[in-house]
Amino acid sequence: MSAAVKSEIILEVENLVKHFPIDKGLFAKGERKVHAVNGVSFQLHRGETLGLVGESGCGKSTAGRTIIRLYDATSGQVRYKGKNVYDLNAKDMMGVRSDIQMIFQDPYASLNPRMTVGDIIGEALDIHRLASGQKRTDRIYGLLETVGLNPEHANRFPHEFSGGQRQRIGIARSLAVDPKVIICDEPISALDVSIQAQIVNMLEDLQEKLGLTYLFIAHDLSMVKHISHRIAVMYLGRIVELTSSSDLYGHPLHPYTQALLSAIPIPDPDVEMKRQRIVLQGTVPSPIDPPSGCYFRTRCPHAEDICAQKVPELLERGSEHFVACHFA
Amino acid sequence: MSLPVDAFTPLQHELKAEVINRPSTTLWQDAWRRFKLNPLAMGGLVVLSAIVLFALFGPFFSHFDYKTNDLESVNLFPNWVHPFGTDELGRDILTRVMFGARISLAIGFGSVLINLTIGIFYGGISGYLGGRVDNVMQRIIDIIFSVPDLLYVILLMVVLGSGLGNIFIVLGIANWVPMARIVRGQILSLREQEFVLAARTLGASTKRILMKHLLPNSVGQIIVVAALQIPAAIFMEAFLSFIGLGVQPPLVSLGSMAASGRLNIPSYPHSLLFPAGMIAVLMLAFNFVGDGLRDAFDPKMRK
Repeated sequence: MSAAVKSEIILEVENLVKHFPIDKGLFAKGERKVHAVNGVSFQLHRGETLGLVGESGCGKSTAGRTIIRLYDATSGQVRYKGKNVYDLNAKDMMGVRSDIQMIFQDPYASLNPRMTVGDIIGEALDIHRLASGQKRTDRIYGLLETVGLNPEHANRFPHEFSGGQRQRIGIARSLAVDPKVIICDEPISALDVSIQAQIVNMLEDLQEKLGLTYLFIAHDLSMVKHISHRIAVMYLGRIVELTSSSDLYGHPLHPYTQALLSAIPIPDPDVEMKRQRIVLQGTVPSPIDPPSGCYFRTRCPHAEDICAQKVPELLERGSEHFVACHFA
Repeated sequence: MSLPVDAFTPLQHELKAEVINRPSTTLWQDAWRRFKLNPLAMGGLVVLSAIVLFALFGPFFSHFDYKTNDLESVNLFPNWVHPFGTDELGRDILTRVMFGARISLAIGFGSVLINLTIGIFYGGISGYLGGRVDNVMQRIIDIIFSVPDLLYVILLMVVLGSGLGNIFIVLGIANWVPMARIVRGQILSLREQEFVLAARTLGASTKRILMKHLLPNSVGQIIVVAALQIPAAIFMEAFLSFIGLGVQPPLVSLGSMAASGRLNIPSYPHSLLFPAGMIAVLMLAFNFVGDGLRDAFDPKMRK
C-alpha cells in the first residue's frame, strides 16, 4: 500500500473550478452561478486508489465528470502524464479517453436499454477501432468473463440483469479500452450491501491484475476506508483534508472530518455505547452563495474571526497529511 | 451452550456466473405483448388492416371505374350490382370509397413521414445542442404554434394551389411542430442519462450518440405521436377536400365525396353516409391503435 503511494504521478488535478450558471435563457446576464467545484487539487499516483468523500451535493461527482471533460472546466488544469487534457485537440483527446474511463453510479441508467450487452461493451471497441469481427466477439466474451458474467449473455438486453450484474457490465465496458485510470463515480451506492462487497472486491482484484489507478468517489465512509489508500474529504466544492486512509481514520484533523467520522456506527456494542457523536449545527450553505473565507465556518464549533476573512489553504500538517483549517 | 469451531466446515463456495432462464425479449416484443392484451387496440388494428386491404385490392375486384360516368344509372340506392349505390353522375360509390380510402391512407402515412423527418431533425438538433440554439429554435416553434393551424393550412393551400402533392406538403408542414416538441423533450431528458455520458466518456461522436443512443430510446414516443397524427392528417385532408381546396376531380377523396353527397341528403342520403362512415371508421381505428401503442410503450403501464 505504501509502495503504491510513492509511485509516479499519473494524473494531477490543479485548482479545478466548475461553476454552473443558473440564469439561462436568451436575455440572461449569467451572474448567479452554482459554485460546484471551487479549486480542487490532488494527485493520483499510479496503482493507488484515492477515495473522494463528502456529503451529497458537495461537488464530488462534478469534479469527477469535469476531470474527464464531460463538463468544461471553468478554470484549472488536469494533467494526464504531464499534459493538460483541456488543451488537447480532438485526436489526442481520444487517446486520453481510452486511458481514463468512468464507472457510473446508477446501473439502471448507465446502460442503453436498446442495446445488447455485447453491443454496449463492443461500442468501446468500435469507437476506438480496437477489434472487429471474430476478434471483437472474443474480446467481448473475455471481458464478460473478467467481470464474472456468463459470456452466453452477450446478446441479452440490460433489463434482463440484476443491479449487481449491470454494474459488472458497466465495468466491462470501461475495461474494454484498456484504461489506466478509472473514475468510479459512486459505483456501489445504488447496490445492495451484499452486492457492494462483491463489486468492491472485484474492483480490487482488477486493480491488482491490470495495474489500474482509481479515483473512488463515494459517501460510504467504511467502504471507502476499505478500498482507498488515500482519502480526500470534500466540503462544498473544496477539499478540506487529504491523507492516507489510516491517518484519516486515526487522527482526523479537520473539524468536518472529525464530525463525519464520529457518525460511523461501530460494530461492537461496548465501543458503540461510548461513541461520542459530534452533531453539526445548521445545514450546508447554498453553493449559489457560499460564505466568505472558510466554507465550513458557519457550522464549525471552533470558528473565529479569521475564518470569515481568509480562505484556509490545504497545508501539510503531518507527513503527507494535508488539512485546510486555520487551527489544525 | 457453545458451539465448537471444529464442528463447522466452510461451505464449498462456487462462484459461477448466474444463468438467466427467461427467454430474451426485446423492447419491441414487450410492447407487442402489452398491445395484444388491449382488446380495443387489437380491434382497431384488425379494422385498420381490413380497410387497408379493402383500399389496396378492392378496386381489382370491382366491375366499375371510379371516374367513368354512367348517366343511365344515376343516384341508385344500394342494390346487388352497386352495394353502396351510385352518385349523381352514376359512378359506383363502393369503388369510389375504395379509391377515397386509398388517398386518405396515402395522405395519412405520407404527411406523417414528412413531419417525422422535419420533426426529428429539428427536435433532435434543438434538444441535443441545448442552450441558446435550443432557446431560439423553441421560440420559432412557439410563434408557429400560436397561429391556428387551420388558418395557415388553408392559406398555404390557397397559395400553393389545390392538388394531391400540395396536400402532402401542407399537412407535413402543419404537423411537424408537435413532433419536434416531443422529440426535443425526449432528447433533452435522455441527454443527461448516464449511458449517454458513458458514450461521451468513450469519445463517441455526436452523430453516434444521436443515432445509437438518443433516437432509438425516443422511438416509442415518436411512434405514438405519429400514430395519433395520422388520423388528424386524414381528417384535415377530408376537411380540405370538403371545402373544395383538396383533391380535385376526377381524383376522388372521402372528403370531396361527402361534399357532393351533402347536396342530396334529403333524397339520396346514402351518397353522404358511406364516405362519411368510412372517414369515421378510419379515424376511430387509428385512434384506438394510437392509444394502444401509447399504453404499450409507456413503461408506467408495465404489468
